[in-house]
Amino acid sequence: MDFSFSKEQLMIRDMVRDFAQKEIAPIAEEIDRTERFPIENFKKMGELGLLGIPFPEEYGGSGGDTLSYILAVEEIGKACGSTGLSYAAAVSLGASPLYAFGTEEQKKEHLVPLAKGESLGAFGLTEPNAGSDAGGTRTKAELKGDKYVINGEKCWITNASFARTVIVTAVTGKDDRGKNKISAFIVPTDSPGLTIRSEYEKMGVRGSNTTELVLEDVEVPEEDILGDPSKGFNQFLYTLDGGRISIAALALGIGKAAYEAALQYSNERKQFGKLIGSFQAIQFKLADMAMELELASNMVYKAAWLKDQKKPFKKEAAMAKLFASESATRACNQALQIHGGYGYMREYHIERYLRDAKLMEIGEGTSEIQRLVIAREIGCPR
Amino acid sequence: MNIYVIMKRTFDTEEKIQIDSGEIVEDGAEFIINPYDEYAIEEAIQLRDEHGGEVTLVSVGDEEAEKQIRTGLAMGADKAVLIEDEDVENGDQFSTEAILAAYFKDQEADIILGGNIAVDGGSGQVGPRLAENLGINHVTSIVNIEIEDGKAKIERDVEGDQEFIEISLPLLVTAQQGLNEPRYPSLPGIMKAKKKPLETLDLDDLDLDEDEVEGKTNTVERYLPPEKEAGKILEGEIDDQVNELVSLLKNEAKVI
Repeated sequence: MDFSFSKEQLMIRDMVRDFAQKEIAPIAEEIDRTERFPIENFKKMGELGLLGIPFPEEYGGSGGDTLSYILAVEEIGKACGSTGLSYAAAVSLGASPLYAFGTEEQKKEHLVPLAKGESLGAFGLTEPNAGSDAGGTRTKAELKGDKYVINGEKCWITNASFARTVIVTAVTGKDDRGKNKISAFIVPTDSPGLTIRSEYEKMGVRGSNTTELVLEDVEVPEEDILGDPSKGFNQFLYTLDGGRISIAALALGIGKAAYEAALQYSNERKQFGKLIGSFQAIQFKLADMAMELELASNMVYKAAWLKDQKKPFKKEAAMAKLFASESATRACNQALQIHGGYGYMREYHIERYLRDAKLMEIGEGTSEIQRLVIAREIGCPR
Repeated sequence: MNIYVIMKRTFDTEEKIQIDSGEIVEDGAEFIINPYDEYAIEEAIQLRDEHGGEVTLVSVGDEEAEKQIRTGLAMGADKAVLIEDEDVENGDQFSTEAILAAYFKDQEADIILGGNIAVDGGSGQVGPRLAENLGINHVTSIVNIEIEDGKAKIERDVEGDQEFIEISLPLLVTAQQGLNEPRYPSLPGIMKAKKKPLETLDLDDLDLDEDEVEGKTNTVERYLPPEKEAGKILEGEIDDQVNELVSLLKNEAKVI
């Protein structure tokens, strides 16, 4: 076994760490408080090539691998969960399906601006009554002449206010077994009939752009269907598998930020004449945090490595997301406890880490859905 | 223009230094490009972009320095040379400078840039000694440079004051904080750096014997500064406090 990163992976991690600590971390508190999307940082990230890490140069990307991208998500997440979420969604959910399933023309037209960071990617899957239960999808696309007409509603869609196009899933008919046939469409955000609202008030990741899409007779040319029209369902399952590794990496970044703050605080804060880090009650918390985050790291990097090796990674991605997100919430919660009253104050950032981390257990498939995925993969009866 | 940068791999400035049996522990420590050398690399890239030519990075060190050199290439330097000094006994500023001099005597350098100091050893000697040895002009601690018609107009920092110098090339300068804002190596830059030429030389390649470049200094002892103790807060009337302060400075701290 070889647990070492390549020189390029380390250089990318170090560069992103440097950038994230200097440009992203200083405004993390402000964008959380004011619910402002930090578009200026996404411009800079685009110029540095961060939004195109896992895509080849011919599509405007940087020609890096999944693991490099995952390290970048982790470092950005460590500085700011909101920025990390929009970054992960832009690459994993917005751009990746275009790269994986798009035609050559679609990649040239739609992937290139995303990989270069000129626009952000968005993926419209979740609906008020359907998320991981994709069978419940109600948004419909009807073929009329050479155009699809789409009607429906999508919720909690990341980045759509700053996107040029959004990928939208819709039911196009029934298959032989009477099940809904789902396809994915590339919908320009300035299409007539498409309304994008961002009015949610969220508990965490408040600087990330979260939107609601309303589609009323939105017309999309037949050729803007993404990939195989009858395999939209499998396509977005594959997309979500990849997305889960990035959410796991984001959770890892947030968890590590909380853990490192708690470790530092334990080495500075004195009570009863001693550093609180010398008390076993605190040491055991820190030891557990360190252990869980180390284990989570191994799983996250392994899932990314499997994807890079073109090996199956569905089970490992679900495990990574489940374990990393729950570890992150636990780490943030314990970090807050170690900080005591200070941890409860906005100024110390820990309460933000906790609010941000909680989303990692919910977004892109709840922890319960991850357990279902794992159960299926290990052969539990259906 | 033939532009060269001499650079060093150093401890990350965030690292806590630990000493074990008189040696600094390097295991598990993070390493970076010496921050002052980063200014030099940035300035070299800007000079090349303005005047044309090539930027070559030169580092004396072990193979571990490749990561820092590649980072410099990712920022935009064109090629690099790593001179391995593992065989050098007790290497010090003299050793590094002697090795660099042996390398540079066969190069046609218009300008050599380096950091004002390295944040580890902090001697600030390698640059000026190299220039002396090569018989070229040098200016240390620069915060601005403009080159025109074989001449450089330089602003240098003199303990907080400015000195303006006009000087002819070839030239060696060392960079002070404030010279520029080093760029982040971009993702495409990092991927391209893989393919840029990095030549590795050893002492034989430079016709040097190990004992020719053996260090001239001897480290007698290495220790960490004493831990800072809690300060004393004086109380009472101002006059009494002043008297007490003076007497403490005289009798306890023995500084006056």
